[in-house]
Amino acid sequence: MNILVCIKQVPGTTEVNIDEETGVLLRNGVPSKMNPYDLYALECSLRLKKHYGGSVAVISMGPPQAEAIIKEAYMMGVDEGYLLTDMAFAGSDVYATAYALAQAIKTLPDVDCIICGMMTTDGDTAQVGPEIAEHLNIPHASYIKEIHEVHSDHIEVTMDMDKYAAEMKIKFPALLTVTSTIGTPRLPSYILGKKTEDKIVNRITLKDLNDQDPDHYGITGSPTQVIDIFPPDHTQISTTWEGTSKEIASNLADDLIHRKIVMR
Amino acid sequence: MAIIEIHQQQGKDLEEIAEVCPFDAITIIEDSLVITEACKMCKVCIKQYPEIFSLEEETSRSVLTDRYKGIAVIAEHHEGDLHPVTLELIGKARELGAPLGYRISVLIIGYEVGTLAEELLEYGVDTVVLYDHKALKDMLIEPYTNIIEEFIEEYRPSTVLVGGTSIGRSLAPRAAARVHTGLTADCTVLTMQPNGDLDQIRPAFGGNIMAHIRTPNHRPQFATVRCKIFDSPKKVEVKTGQIITKRPTVQQLKSRIEISSIHIKKKITSIEDAEILVAAGRAIRTPADMALIEKFAEAIGGMVAGTRPLIESGLIDPRRQIGLSGRTVKPKVIITCGISGSVQFVAGMKGSELIYAINTDPEASIFGLAHYRLVGDLYEIIPQCISQLQRGL
Ligand SMILES: Cc1cc2nc3c(=O)[nH]c(=O)nc-3n(C[C@H](O)[C@H](O)[C@H](O)COP(=O)(O)OP(=O)(O)OC[C@H]3O[C@@H](n4cnc5c(N)ncnc54)[C@H](O)[C@@H]3O)c2cc1C
Ligand SMILES: Nc1ncnc2c1ncn2[C@@H]1O[C@H](COP(=O)(O)O)[C@@H](O)[C@H]1O
Repeated sequence: MNILVCIKQVPGTTEVNIDEETGVLLRNGVPSKMNPYDLYALECSLRLKKHYGGSVAVISMGPPQAEAIIKEAYMMGVDEGYLLTDMAFAGSDVYATAYALAQAIKTLPDVDCIICGMMTTDGDTAQVGPEIAEHLNIPHASYIKEIHEVHSDHIEVTMDMDKYAAEMKIKFPALLTVTSTIGTPRLPSYILGKKTEDKIVNRITLKDLNDQDPDHYGITGSPTQVIDIFPPDHTQISTTWEGTSKEIASNLADDLIHRKIVMR
Repeated sequence: MAIIEIHQQQGKDLEEIAEVCPFDAITIIEDSLVITEACKMCKVCIKQYPEIFSLEEETSRSVLTDRYKGIAVIAEHHEGDLHPVTLELIGKARELGAPLGYRISVLIIGYEVGTLAEELLEYGVDTVVLYDHKALKDMLIEPYTNIIEEFIEEYRPSTVLVGGTSIGRSLAPRAAARVHTGLTADCTVLTMQPNGDLDQIRPAFGGNIMAHIRTPNHRPQFATVRCKIFDSPKKVEVKTGQIITKRPTVQQLKSRIEISSIHIKKKITSIEDAEILVAAGRAIRTPADMALIEKFAEAIGGMVAGTRPLIESGLIDPRRQIGLSGRTVKPKVIITCGISGSVQFVAGMKGSELIYAINTDPEASIFGLAHYRLVGDLYEIIPQCISQLQRGL
């Protein structure tokens, strides 16, 4: 089975601050890292390869520095890596990101299964995977917690929804997003790192895609626009309720209802 | 901004003309050509068929907003009950739409869900569009997306709201991509401009940043909305809305996914997974005291957990110990009852989103961490709180 994993480089911490004057994100010089949820997608793919053979490739869309996470994927045992990078992609929202990734995937050798992380820690949308699948016109299933068996033309999985789990069969080619119960990610191996030191990361740019109209990518290709970013209201609730126990009890009851902790 | 005008032609092969679009944005509806939202303004059609397509230098915005009106909610239901978020979204939709005179429609897809469609009308919905079919019993991504697409084409809502559940967050992106529009995930604040533009605010970076997002030049504006943020609407006195029953086509029901079995989840059994925890400390000494804590937990739909001394005295199962030598929990809400707040205990629960602490000692260190400090005797506060909650029901 040939698998393609979508991985993304994210800031090393979510403890970001905003410059109140300029509204610019301050990332405090924290180095970037691989989106932690994508490590599960990688682990799952590498286990499938061990069991069923085939290959595992990764693709990432991002700036040239994102090459680092592809090198890291090589150190975990990935066979091939692609970096989709071009100024034209800057400022992409979910739609434009998924469109660009789908365009790039169409230029790669055919795969049976695309595996994505459940979500990213910077965007936290969990939407890119399903939108890639739609652009490629292939079925997708989100929140896969277990893979049971791989057949020549389909895969058997369990999907974890809030209120139920569904066992299902999905025809190839398919896209899955996997949860963290799929298996603990392996660490990058020093030996593999040595071996893949010089292994190239394949670059894909706008001119390699079928649709080369720059207006379909990046900010202009993005239906959503970020008007503003601002820090959340950090005025920490810090209230003391004193007085008779009756008063305190009704404060508590009212607050639990108001916050919809208790439904009525 | 410009739009493409169509000068309809008689007696031509419309299929062939439609084929010219590289984005499949030209479709044929009732024997005439229609340009859909998929149009990327590549103008290939104008180059190929200048006699049919021409460029109108009108703002596509006004044309768009004229064509898309009203707010739609995609209903979610489970085991014969509407998901609470569906009602929350209807309430919000009514509030957003009222100043614009927008109509509220709800799309409900499922099997034998006619009674739920009736129930939706009680919340002041104008139109319920019902697709009821055996093959739609469980959420299947392709048929469901096909139906949402048809619904959007027919009703052209300006805004589509979907619950931020696992189903919603799988379905909404697929549907939004299908109709080539933007989607804002997990919104917590929604307001609407007089021109129908939706202001969407959502947390990003794990809640460390709020982003204000708009979808100015695309319709519909799609948003998934976090659960339990908005209020459920009151039922209306007189139902004025109507139910429109639709039949899915064989083509729409095609699926490359087959569900073999569905397992309804049992109640959560581990404290790590619980959203609401009631944690008991050494102020609880006897099984009778413990019964009060259990009754309280039941009244608020939470799970019981405790500090190490309570585990040691056998009042609580060891799997329910919070702390350094127990479990680490991050519930949405924790109410600590008679807990001092030792470092070892706090290590296991400081990530909780909202902390209420009940303690007789105003100096107790748990109060340094708590959002709400309830200074008093738990044996008086808790029973009165329970009876207040039950009285209200
Ligand atoms: C290595 C090590 C590991 C440990 N690991 C853990 C751990 O994982 N988890 C853990 O919990 N502990 C752990 N402990 C124990 C920890 O140090 C504390 O002893 C323990 O957390 C205290 O529990 P408590 O708050 O319930 O009891 P106490 O500290 O006795 O506090 C009881 C509180 O109840 C209040 N109170 C009394 N009566 C009432 C009333 N009627 N109404 C309201 N309030 C009342 C009191 O004012 C007091 O603040 C560990 C200790 C060690 C040394
Ligand atoms: N820029 C990107 N490059 C490659 N994969 C991505 C990118 N952005 C998102 N993904 C994939 O989509 C998943 C969900 O991302 P998100 O929708 O941002 O939460 C991630 O876990 C990745 O697998």
